[in-house]
Amino acid sequence: MDNLLEVNNLFVSFTTEEGEVKAVRDVSFTLKKGETLAILGESGCGKSVLCKSILRILPENGLIKSGDVILAGENLTNLSEKAMNKVRGKEISMIFQDPMTSLNPTMSIGKQIMEAVLIHQKMSKSEAKKRTIELMELVGIDQAEKRFAQYPHHFSGGMRQRSVIAIALACNPKVLIADEPTTALDVTIQAQILDLIQELQRKIGISIIFITHDLGVVANVAQKIAIMYAGKIVEIGTTKDIFYEPKHPYTWGLISSLPTMAVEEELLHSIAGMPPNLLHPPQGDAFAVRNKFALKIDYFVEPPMFKISETHSAATWLLHRNAPEIKAPIRLKEGRVIFNES
Amino acid sequence: MKAEKIIEVKNLKQYFKLDKNTVIKAVNDISFAIYKGEIFGLVGESGSGKSTAGRSIIQIYQPTGGEVYYQGKLISNPQIYKKEKKFINRNMQIIFQDSMSSLNSRMTIGEIIEEPLLIQGIYKKKEERRKKVCELLNLVGLDKRYLERYPFEFSGGQRQRVGIARALSLEPEFIIADEPIASLDVSIQAQIVNLFKKLQKERGLTCLFISHDLAMVKYICDRVGVMYKGKIVELAKTKELYQNPIHPYTKALLSAIPVPDPDCAKMKKRLEYNPIIHDNGREKSKWLEILEGHFVYGCDFEWQGSI
Repeated sequence: MDNLLEVNNLFVSFTTEEGEVKAVRDVSFTLKKGETLAILGESGCGKSVLCKSILRILPENGLIKSGDVILAGENLTNLSEKAMNKVRGKEISMIFQDPMTSLNPTMSIGKQIMEAVLIHQKMSKSEAKKRTIELMELVGIDQAEKRFAQYPHHFSGGMRQRSVIAIALACNPKVLIADEPTTALDVTIQAQILDLIQELQRKIGISIIFITHDLGVVANVAQKIAIMYAGKIVEIGTTKDIFYEPKHPYTWGLISSLPTMAVEEELLHSIAGMPPNLLHPPQGDAFAVRNKFALKIDYFVEPPMFKISETHSAATWLLHRNAPEIKAPIRLKEGRVIFNES
Repeated sequence: MKAEKIIEVKNLKQYFKLDKNTVIKAVNDISFAIYKGEIFGLVGESGSGKSTAGRSIIQIYQPTGGEVYYQGKLISNPQIYKKEKKFINRNMQIIFQDSMSSLNSRMTIGEIIEEPLLIQGIYKKKEERRKKVCELLNLVGLDKRYLERYPFEFSGGQRQRVGIARALSLEPEFIIADEPIASLDVSIQAQIVNLFKKLQKERGLTCLFISHDLAMVKYICDRVGVMYKGKIVELAKTKELYQNPIHPYTKALLSAIPVPDPDCAKMKKRLEYNPIIHDNGREKSKWLEILEGHFVYGCDFEWQGSI
């Protein structure tokens, strides 16, 4: 299977009054057809910026410094703004975190979905309406014909997010970028939306980039996971690689801070400290100061990506052949984290 | 637990009148008590009335019916509330869910956190207040160089921590935390939750923790009440509730927690809750204690065999 989307050595910076903020630093990944890639990281790690630069919807002071975004053989970074507009929504579409602010409150839900259908496809109004109702049914809005004329405030949070997904799917895009699609929703609705995303993937074979900060959410949804820290991908692998064979200390930290797994009567594990300021990224490994397994070299030289297997690689000096062998302090067992004795 | 009751809620009702014919029963006859030094969780989906319950307890809303006692004082009575206002505000604080709209955008972070100290007149000297503010910032994991900045310069997680620092500034005895961690990252969530646990242990903080994150609630709370459509449908000690849920809604809610383990997640089945199953016309639902300290809203025959 060929790669549908390729991102190669992408660098994105923002110019601010205080200087250049390097938000995305040397990120590469690939996405196959029908695959879900989850990008995971704390707020400010650059995961949203990464996705916005794929669509080239960065704010004015943001700039792709170098690197390529290749969609089905075409390099998106060189396209004119006009050509890029054709890609947005039609080839790649995006859904945002907050379903309330991404919908127009003065326009009925049906009209908003129909608008997206009509912009990219030539069809008559009645055809477009039929397609809209199909889309609403696809994303699980029942009584679609009746709800066509309703406004966003008539819809609950989960239903609004469904409508946003319907708009995103209006033109049969090849890639869907979902930026924290369930963060604003509560557990039951979150479970429904996650089910919906998986079902859509089975039905229409769309590729999905799923941005989140919640490891629990991605276990069931993603095939591949990329962990981002301070603008870099620090570990990437299949879902099983990341959950069962994590190699990067940051991934260890993320897994052990999950509450479902906490051992009773003990403090919840947290990663001490704060993410670094990307205005002045530290020398060496950006995670070193928060990493209790840091080696001396971590403070001076940035670790390269070490390949662990065909699918799995991680950027930590611990994987160097001269590094002392350190076992992961945690392992998963039946949905719980077991802390190994250290 | 035979501790002192900090908060007692009796048959609390909070209705909102939308127009002549529509009344929303956001909180519909709930009763519970929170004991000293306990973290009490209130969970439920959005719209279940859990935030409204919190707001009615601290008297942001004047309850439609029922009583709220704080340390034996009937604070839901407006006269008594007015008389005790300073005392109540000193000892009872709330952390709001929406950190953007709960912070004054024209005040610096330093001023925001300092304000309650000024109003209550706890520290006379400016330097003392400053010192306290820095201490609070440190406690919630923010740097002191943020003192002169404005709320819009912060990320959601940072703003939330400012809200927490402000609520903690008076060292209240009782805090209502309305989804305090919903907008935060996993690793920061862990820091905040640990902070609550630490305060509980060291200062005997009592807390009403409102959340929809059942995984976090399991970890932090001593007892949990599950709300559905304005009613508490089940209330028990945390361990008991998670191991032995009785009400079908609780079961459905628990089954929706995502499991962070790919193999287990595949095997898991999600339950749906349909309230129709209670419409059997045989008896009216009531509040039953089916095991010691484990309450369920329903009728006797429904739970027989499930214990």
